[in-house]
Amino acid sequence: MNERGPSVEDLLPLPAATFYILMALAEGDRHGYGIIQDVAASTDGALKLSAGTLYRSIQRMLEQGLIVETRDRPAPELDDERRRYYRITPFGTAAARAEGRRLTDLVRLARASGFAPGKA
Amino acid sequence: MGLYRALLHLFPTSFRLEYGDEMAAIFAARRRDAGGPLSHALLWTEALADIAVSALRAHADLLRQDLAFTARTLRRSPGFALAAITVAALGIGATTAAFSITDHILFRPLPFAQPDRLVRLWQDQSGYGHSELSAANYRDWKRMSRSFEEMGAFGGQAYNLAGGGEPERVEGQWMTVEVFHLLGVPPALGRVFGPEDGAPGAPAALVLGYGLWQSRFGGEVGVLGRQVLVDGAPHVVIGVMPPTFHFPNRDAKVWLSKTFVDADYADRTDNYIYGIARLKKDVSLGQARAEMRLVAADLERMFPDDNAQTSATVDRLRDGLSPEARLLPLALLGAAGCVLLIACTNLTNLLLARAMVRRKELAVRASLGAGRERLVRQLLTESLLLAVAGGGLGVLMAAAAVPVLARLVPQSLPIAQAPAPDLRILAFALALTAVTGIAFGVFPALRACSQAGVSGLQEGSRAGVGGRRERTRAALVVAEVTASVVLLVCCGLLLRALGRVQLVDPGMSADGVLTLRTALPQPRYANTAVRAQFYARVLSEVRALPGVSGAAYASGLPMVMRGGIWGVVAAGEAPAPGTQPPASARFVTPGFFATMGIPLRSGRDLRDSDTREAPFVAVVSESLAQRHWPGQDPIGRRFRFGPAAERTVVGVVGDVRVRGLERKSEPQVYLSHQQVADGSIIGYTPKDLAIRASGDPLTLLPAVREIVRRADPQQPVSDVRLLADIVDGETAPRLVQVRVLAGFAAAALLLAAVGLHGLLSFTVASRTQEIGVRIALGARSADILDAVLREALQMAALGLVLGLGLAYATGRGLQALLAGVGPGDIPTFLVAAGLCALMTVAGSLLPAVRAVRVDPVAVMRTE
Repeated sequence: MNERGPSVEDLLPLPAATFYILMALAEGDRHGYGIIQDVAASTDGALKLSAGTLYRSIQRMLEQGLIVETRDRPAPELDDERRRYYRITPFGTAAARAEGRRLTDLVRLARASGFAPGKA
Repeated sequence: MGLYRALLHLFPTSFRLEYGDEMAAIFAARRRDAGGPLSHALLWTEALADIAVSALRAHADLLRQDLAFTARTLRRSPGFALAAITVAALGIGATTAAFSITDHILFRPLPFAQPDRLVRLWQDQSGYGHSELSAANYRDWKRMSRSFEEMGAFGGQAYNLAGGGEPERVEGQWMTVEVFHLLGVPPALGRVFGPEDGAPGAPAALVLGYGLWQSRFGGEVGVLGRQVLVDGAPHVVIGVMPPTFHFPNRDAKVWLSKTFVDADYADRTDNYIYGIARLKKDVSLGQARAEMRLVAADLERMFPDDNAQTSATVDRLRDGLSPEARLLPLALLGAAGCVLLIACTNLTNLLLARAMVRRKELAVRASLGAGRERLVRQLLTESLLLAVAGGGLGVLMAAAAVPVLARLVPQSLPIAQAPAPDLRILAFALALTAVTGIAFGVFPALRACSQAGVSGLQEGSRAGVGGRRERTRAALVVAEVTASVVLLVCCGLLLRALGRVQLVDPGMSADGVLTLRTALPQPRYANTAVRAQFYARVLSEVRALPGVSGAAYASGLPMVMRGGIWGVVAAGEAPAPGTQPPASARFVTPGFFATMGIPLRSGRDLRDSDTREAPFVAVVSESLAQRHWPGQDPIGRRFRFGPAAERTVVGVVGDVRVRGLERKSEPQVYLSHQQVADGSIIGYTPKDLAIRASGDPLTLLPAVREIVRRADPQQPVSDVRLLADIVDGETAPRLVQVRVLAGFAAAALLLAAVGLHGLLSFTVASRTQEIGVRIALGARSADILDAVLREALQMAALGLVLGLGLAYATGRGLQALLAGVGPGDIPTFLVAAGLCALMTVAGSLLPAVRAVRVDPVAVMRTE
């Protein structure tokens, strides 16, 4: 679909759900429910992605080339054949890094204005 | 779990197939992890909200993608986009315009408070049908009936308005004080009539229409309380109505309060009152009718002579239209529907052809994993986008067309001339657009997609030729031809009817006659001799103007005043009361027949010496003489007619179409304007001046106005018209009808030709190789032409036969509008068939030429 494909800058700022999914996938391939659990755990249960939000995000991220569906499966006893696994692509990593930089810069500015804790 | 899976169907199919299992698995896992019933409930609530929101967003995602894709593809083929949008706009525009007019005339609630409870009351006299009420019957109906919250009476009249500016003649209505209240429309300024205006000794009051307030009083608020002279009597302006208020028709510009006095109730057979009432909340129209019949029956027993065979009837105010007037907007809607149908079939054909061309693209997308549902969705988005663009353009076209079509709105309705654009119309256009988009999109989309996977990728395949596919497209073209033939025939029938009406002899020679009105006010001109003085002075001065060959006054001009019907009792006849044969009564000055070009068959014209001192005389029309004295000389015969003793026939003139070109008129009786008792038959005092002149009679107007001003400075001149225009006015509504329908028929014919052209072009293009081979093998041009044209002719012939059959049926339905032209009028059908043949030739010419010019060598090379 995307002959030329978007550049990283076109995608920024990333939607929050997208960024969380990329962060969850940074640690390794995950299936959908795994991503939801990961995100919930890393935010102490503050963010519970709904199934609809998750798969709409996944659909768009697949189209944008941020992630791919992977054929590598874990050991059969751990696998449920219905489950699909997703892996972050180098483009996805680059996008997540760019978003991270963007947020860092933003926090630095916020500190300078006294809107965020910590030293400027 | 089953419920959750069922809910997943809210997502787009492609999304559900891709992720439905995963989502169901996650939901199952969460359910396992959930504890008690409370967390189960919470889980379900979350899941429901999630599905609702996400499904909507997923649809929106797809729509955005499809729209972007569609915009790209349409930009690549602007010709196709433009053609499709124009065709859609034509169909949607025509239908929207027709609907807004039909809705305005037939369906929209009248602009009064709770209009469905407003009714009109009529006397129902056997032999005469609906007639106005007499004041005495109105009073008794009001007193004896229980079905109505309120009942009022009104009547139309033109008034001389003076005081502040030029004297002016305006159409108005008198009404009892109940009428404004029961209509329930608040005034824009001041107040409407209330009980205080009906009290004895109350000052005469009037309410201005918005237009008159603007034109005569400059829209001044200070007009309230001002005194105005109406027919010489002082009236106080108490209110101004809003611009949207029309009652009982668009002509009325001023309303005067009226209170009946005892003298009004004296004659129970003098029917001149219109009754209006508001039904009580719990009373149905049927109950009111039943009650009024009983009331009328009681009155008939009490007044067996005056109320012989007089019943009462109640109609909704909304339904006061003649069957012809109701038929017209429906016919208009039908014609527009035909155009829309043709537009849709055309678009379907366009899209089908396009889908064939795009087969490879679709096949590629299908093979890349786009599901059938995605492709259908994509194609539907395309057709909907085209329809929306067409719909937008169509609404603009409709907005431009409505003022033209508004001339079809009858003057007699209490509504504005043109419908105000409102949400209903926009909703209608929107629904039409959606239906159109789906109707012309869904079939090609399904078609294209079912084939996309199969043969699209086979190289060199001869797309779209032969078999079922072509038959479908051919059937669509046949449908187009059928619909356009129906429109053509209907248009032709109306045209024939117009021609027939125009050929009707009005009974007078209308060219070169100027008419105008000087309605002499009462009581100043109650005395017959005073009026005669005015007429004599004006007529002698007008006759002295250069170029004038005749001038005369009459109490009513043919086709302008249609009523004024009295019973005739010839000497020696003794008809029962209520069965006297009717004739229309006109009081005229000498010279009327010569001025109007009405031929004098025998005897003499009226004379200045026919005064009240002389014997009472009359000039009658031929049909009256024939009716009462067949085969005998009518001159010298005596008859009773109206409020006088016997009159003697002194002359016979030709019959005139008093009631208009399309209706049978009663015979006419002309009486001397001088043989009238002072102050009697006020409605019949001569007021219309006719002047026959050589050259353009309108150039006389300033001189005539000056003559009238010299005779009576307060006397307004109104209704200046050429007699020829009055006669032409008889056919004006028909002319509008024919033009409108001709517009629709032309659009339909054009669209059908385009459709035929498109289909044949496509056939020829996809058969190029076959044709090339045949030419190479020695086929002559005639053979090739034959192959291509045979198809066109077959489709046209089939469409023609179907269309003519359908047109005959439609013509029967339209008979009320046809002025006696038969629905199977041969010339009309022949012309329609000829035009259809012409359309076929025009539509197939280019493709045929292209087929003959196929270069066999070039074709072989590409193979």
